[in-house]
Amino acid sequence: MLKINNLHVMVDNKLILKGIDLEVNRGEIHAIMGPNGSGKSTLAKAMAGHPNYQIVEGSIEFFDGQEYINLADLEIHERAKAGIFLGFQYPTEIPGISNLGFLRESVNNVWKAQGKKLLSKDDFVEFLRPIMEILKMKELFLDRSINEGFSGGEKKKNEILQLMVLDPKIAILDETDSGLDIDALKVVADGINRFKRPENATILITHYQRLLDHIIPDFIHVLGDGKIIRSGTKDLALELELKGYNWA
Amino acid sequence: MKTINREYKYGFSTDIDSFKFNIGLCEDTILQISKIKEEPPWLLDFRLKAYQHFKTLTPPNWANLKVPPINLAEIYYYSAPKSFNEKKSLDEVDPELLKTFAKLGIPLEEQKRLSSVAIDAVFDSVSLGTTHEDKLSKLGIIFCSISKAIKEYPELVKKYLSSVVPHTDNYYAALNSAVFTDGSFAYIPKGVKCPMDLSTYFRINEGKTGQFERTLIIAEAGSFVNYLEGCTAPQRDENQLHAAVVELIAMDDAEINYSTVQNWYSGTHEGVGGIYNFVTKRGKCLGVNSKISWTQVEAGSAITWKYPSCLLIGENSQGAFYSVALTNGHMQADTGTKMTHIGKNTKSTIIAKGISADQSNNTYRGLVKILPNAQNARNYSQCDSMLVGEKSKANTFPYIEVKNNSATIEHEASTSKINEDQLFYLESRGIDREKCISMIINGFCKDVFKKLPLEFSAEAARLLEIKLENSVG
Repeated sequence: MLKINNLHVMVDNKLILKGIDLEVNRGEIHAIMGPNGSGKSTLAKAMAGHPNYQIVEGSIEFFDGQEYINLADLEIHERAKAGIFLGFQYPTEIPGISNLGFLRESVNNVWKAQGKKLLSKDDFVEFLRPIMEILKMKELFLDRSINEGFSGGEKKKNEILQLMVLDPKIAILDETDSGLDIDALKVVADGINRFKRPENATILITHYQRLLDHIIPDFIHVLGDGKIIRSGTKDLALELELKGYNWA
Repeated sequence: MKTINREYKYGFSTDIDSFKFNIGLCEDTILQISKIKEEPPWLLDFRLKAYQHFKTLTPPNWANLKVPPINLAEIYYYSAPKSFNEKKSLDEVDPELLKTFAKLGIPLEEQKRLSSVAIDAVFDSVSLGTTHEDKLSKLGIIFCSISKAIKEYPELVKKYLSSVVPHTDNYYAALNSAVFTDGSFAYIPKGVKCPMDLSTYFRINEGKTGQFERTLIIAEAGSFVNYLEGCTAPQRDENQLHAAVVELIAMDDAEINYSTVQNWYSGTHEGVGGIYNFVTKRGKCLGVNSKISWTQVEAGSAITWKYPSCLLIGENSQGAFYSVALTNGHMQADTGTKMTHIGKNTKSTIIAKGISADQSNNTYRGLVKILPNAQNARNYSQCDSMLVGEKSKANTFPYIEVKNNSATIEHEASTSKINEDQLFYLESRGIDREKCISMIINGFCKDVFKKLPLEFSAEAARLLEIKLENSVG
């Protein structure tokens, strides 16, 4: 479903990713771990198409069932419409735009591109309600400006809400567990587990092993200095927890 | 950075025979205006007095604007369609003119009129007529052109004209007082809530013509009115002068809400042509508990020089100024407000949002003045600027003069840029870049847009979208 080939990415004229190869198939969860500065977030941003993250070599190919699409050929919003989702490590605050207005605009755009029928405002709120219940979010939240004045936990729940609502083919979740207390972590993990189905795939980027107590990855990759230095199954995370990244 | 303007859709001109005075300004021009309008002698005297004073003045140069010299000798001071006859009703107006207004989104024909808004249609130097005049008159509301009001309600006009903006106020107010040709007049009697919005649409059509309109609104005790104003002009290489004066008077417990969506032609992206919008607007809260609010969306004109203000005289009176000023291309705007607290317990609110894109220059200039007798005056000001692109400029000049130390004054200001991370966040959720920008801009302007009547607010949001299209990376 996703094939990353020899990916080199530069940020501010500095080479951060130095040749990443990764293949992700339907139904799989891949965890990407590694110390700070190893390039985890760069990989996430490059996949979503942030303009400051420049692919200088290699490619990210996305197979949607019919043909391979080179993600570099798509605008940022087109990637979302193709079914790529980035859960942000630091969701941006945007004053003046309500969450509801934003979610609806987002969903309308993505669904329209995917040929799905759009919902009226009232129906849309009804559609959101059960998802927000799972995430233990109050309805009041819809009237607030995007992420403005949200606690760390609220921001991350908002990312998972968007994930569940947009229901992408590939979710790249960048440090979704950071800044969460144990209850919020459980809620967020529950959301991600519900999202996981045989037809989609998830890439979990995380610094710590604790998220993996709640979400069982099929594969774990360790990033070091812009390259994947080790790959393995879930046991690798335990080893890392015990021995630290220096060991990897 | 691309700076292509989507075509200014109001840039067309109507090909119509016009009657014009000789070009230029002299005493004779004023005599002719007064004669063609069959004005009473007191008004001619007022005009001549204003003209004498005007001749002693020089254009203001304190604003943060580069205004090229304006040659007053090369302006037509009166231009009206040849077919115009003020005795004709709107339905008898030349169909070509009706078509022009229809094209501007202002249907004037009886059957197509908007039922919720009464409209005065001003074309170059004359008012073509006012809709719903009869319906309003049943409630005692007078809504007509100022020319008609001068004839039919001379005592009201005489009493209030220049009572808020004297002819000595400033250079452009003096010029306007000397040569104003038309504008709107509204009078809301005691205790009457105006059942529909009143509105004036200003259209400049003829080349080399200046538009000098005069609007006077009087709200008697306990009355209420919403007033809307729109303006457009054809796309031309020359600069045209629009120098208006608007005066509002609110008596005890009366409320006037005056909203403007200003979309004069702003010139090309290289800075050629466009309207010079030099306007004096002021409201007098004369009565106890009276309220005046100015809401403006300034999105057009090559140069804007405009400070809708309030004189808070009555006890507990309230003034408000809600403004969005957008500049792009080579546009310049120096706009803001003056809140003068004179009476006790007076209150003012200022919310000003400036957006500057491309090479434009956008200045907020505001004065909050608390006079010695204004016990317990309160002011809240919030001035936010947003920069789009690398070359635009935003300035804020808030002046505060307090002569009574019981006053409470709060001032907040911010400057921001459209931020790449915000755009990325929205875009990564499937929303294209242009839409993201308009969402951010609308979010930025929300506090002002929500003060506009509903249909105006949607129009204002669309206007900003079109203006900013392609201005952001």
